[in-house]
Amino acid sequence: MLARSAQRGTLSRRLRALADAALTPLSVDEVLDGFHPLRSGTDLKGKIVAVEAETADAATIVIKPGRDWTGHAPGQYLQVGIDIDGVRLWRCYSLTHGPRRDGHISITVKAIPDGIVSQHLVHKARAGQLVHLQQAAGDFTLPLPLPEKILMVTAGSGITPVIGMLRNLFSKAVAPTTAITLLHVNQTEPDSIFKDELRALAAAGHITLVEHFDDRDGLLDLARLESLVPDIGTRAAFACGPSGLLDALEQWYDERGLSLDTERFRTALVADAGVGGTVAFANGTVIDADGATPILDAAEAAGVLMPSGCRMGICMGCVLPMKEGAVRDLRNGEITVVVPGEAPGGVKIQTCISAAAGDCHLDH
Amino acid sequence: MTAVTKKPVNPIAHLSPEDIEEIGTRLDAIRQEVLDSRGERDAAYIRRVIKTQRYLELGSRAVLLGSIFPPAFIAGTVGLSAAKILDNMEVGHNILHGQWDWMRDPKIHSSTWEWDNVTPSDQWKHSHNELHHTYTNVIGKDNDLGYGIMRVDEDQPWHPFFMFQPVWNFINACFFEYGIAAYDLELGKNLKTPKEKRSEEFKANSKAVLAKIRKQATKDYVVHPLLSLPTGSFLPTLAANFTANIVRNLWTHSVIMCGHFPEGVETFEKKSIEGETRGEWYLRQMLGSANISGSKALHIMSGNLSHQIEHHLFPDLPSNRYAEVAPKVRAIFDEYGLNYHTAPMPKQVASAWHRFVRLSFPNGWLATTNTKNLPQQLVALYKISTADKRSRRVMLKLLERKAKQEYVPAA
Repeated sequence: MLARSAQRGTLSRRLRALADAALTPLSVDEVLDGFHPLRSGTDLKGKIVAVEAETADAATIVIKPGRDWTGHAPGQYLQVGIDIDGVRLWRCYSLTHGPRRDGHISITVKAIPDGIVSQHLVHKARAGQLVHLQQAAGDFTLPLPLPEKILMVTAGSGITPVIGMLRNLFSKAVAPTTAITLLHVNQTEPDSIFKDELRALAAAGHITLVEHFDDRDGLLDLARLESLVPDIGTRAAFACGPSGLLDALEQWYDERGLSLDTERFRTALVADAGVGGTVAFANGTVIDADGATPILDAAEAAGVLMPSGCRMGICMGCVLPMKEGAVRDLRNGEITVVVPGEAPGGVKIQTCISAAAGDCHLDH
Repeated sequence: MTAVTKKPVNPIAHLSPEDIEEIGTRLDAIRQEVLDSRGERDAAYIRRVIKTQRYLELGSRAVLLGSIFPPAFIAGTVGLSAAKILDNMEVGHNILHGQWDWMRDPKIHSSTWEWDNVTPSDQWKHSHNELHHTYTNVIGKDNDLGYGIMRVDEDQPWHPFFMFQPVWNFINACFFEYGIAAYDLELGKNLKTPKEKRSEEFKANSKAVLAKIRKQATKDYVVHPLLSLPTGSFLPTLAANFTANIVRNLWTHSVIMCGHFPEGVETFEKKSIEGETRGEWYLRQMLGSANISGSKALHIMSGNLSHQIEHHLFPDLPSNRYAEVAPKVRAIFDEYGLNYHTAPMPKQVASAWHRFVRLSFPNGWLATTNTKNLPQQLVALYKISTADKRSRRVMLKLLERKAKQEYVPAA
């Protein structure tokens, strides 16, 4: 048996080598991708199978992942790459699905004003479209065994990793005995994503739901936390939401010597045009670069060996991947921002016409 | 052709430095307009062309599996030739220019693309994008001017060796992909260097070229003929693949000749580009390139190098946009009294060949020759060819002076 399967392995390897030789400079994989993009052994992709509205500006995108999808731990996020106006943009969204027989996965996206990708996913994405995926990542997950008592604090779309956790916990044959309190903060009641499902979980006695609506209850005052959740000090705490809330919560927990697990969403900071910044290289070198000098020139002046070519933005001989940071195209002022984790392998920039517009990290 | 600065009538003498900078500003504005509107439509275009190319190639190769049958042989050969041309021109050339890098698709990116050509894309990018596009038509800097084996400008000194250049231009055309590989390797220069003194870079590059040649040859001349063996089509498939490679080579060579070699395209002296401004660089590209007029199919099959002028002005703009910016570019030429060089393909090809033939002889020889004086002229040519270096130089000068006195110089 073993010998036969080894033989089969060799045979399929040989067939593949033959097909590659017949197709060079393409490979078998590239040709097959054209016919079966979700097959195994290729870059992970997914096909949108449904876009379900949750609120006026939030939707759940149900995706059929490629064969190589390895699954996720509830609370983890998914990197999604989608071509918008011809440009591939990557973003991270928490996985929100519970166990599903069809093996589909889902993310729930809230359209933020000026958010190119979130606006596109909520309002323009359609079933049938292909998206690029990375395997699930992130360590915002519940510990095992489960703590006896848990507090979850979520605001706005911060509910997304938590709904994924809850759906998985309470779809089990035997519901866990953990006492879960969820403090769910939203600006208004209609803004609240998953409110019906959360209320149903509370009605079934699975969780204690504390809903806070800013328009009804005023802005959340952390001084009231202890009155909202009397045994807060004894609960393992998890929080997800905008930076302002998370910063305040972390401070609150620090002051009391308690620990808090948080999940942060994207915060894109672009330095003012022309300000410049530092450029860090893979070997640890960090240089200062002003906002008017091409990174190529600044790096060379600092003694960094750089690939270079025409030095006028034509030949692409100087292109390097930027893992993180912001650069400004000196020809038209256009800013390119890379947030870590949102562009696997980084975004390739032309160093000869790009100036730093913040602190950058180049993979070189 | 003579470098513009040495010409009796300098075609740019009427332009003030302010004019030149104004031209630059206006071309920048045209470029920016395209960048601002670049998007989904363009991305869909290149994906469609890539897909078409792949289906055409796969389909043609499938048909060639039965190439023992003449209709299959003809259809397959035509299809494969077209597929190879598409791969090299509208797809490969333009992706390797970084025209599609803005899509951030790692599969369609100048740093990852490989093409159906014996030159590895990395080496071609260096010699083509960096040297040719930066130093376009600068004598002594842009090796595309004659590829180091041909005399394409009056200012290049004549040598009897050049009398055979029409012959090897034709041979180069047939095996153009190998010519490019040798050229990218600077093979001539490196072979003259003693083996132990050749650079590590050259050794690594030659290895890469040999590996690429082996892969390409294995595909076209071993694997596919063998796959065709069951229908008895080994030899027909081999012949079809060979033909497709030759057709691709002849076509790409012709298109590229049309870009810079037709009569009337200007060349420049090394010293004229010292401290060149962006406006001056643009102007050099405007005068150093020639377009081919024709149908949409011709534009696509030429990789839009039929819009060579627009391509040289904006080498990193998506090729599907050149046709759109061409009228705006032409308006600038007209406004500033510059010659927008464009003509149908047969005319441009003939013009380039005329130039190669004319320059294979000493300056002025062809112009001073007619049927009556042919015997004397041949004797003179023989004498020049066999003379020692110094007397040859004197004879060449005399001939040139005679041509200038007696005849109106060729356009």
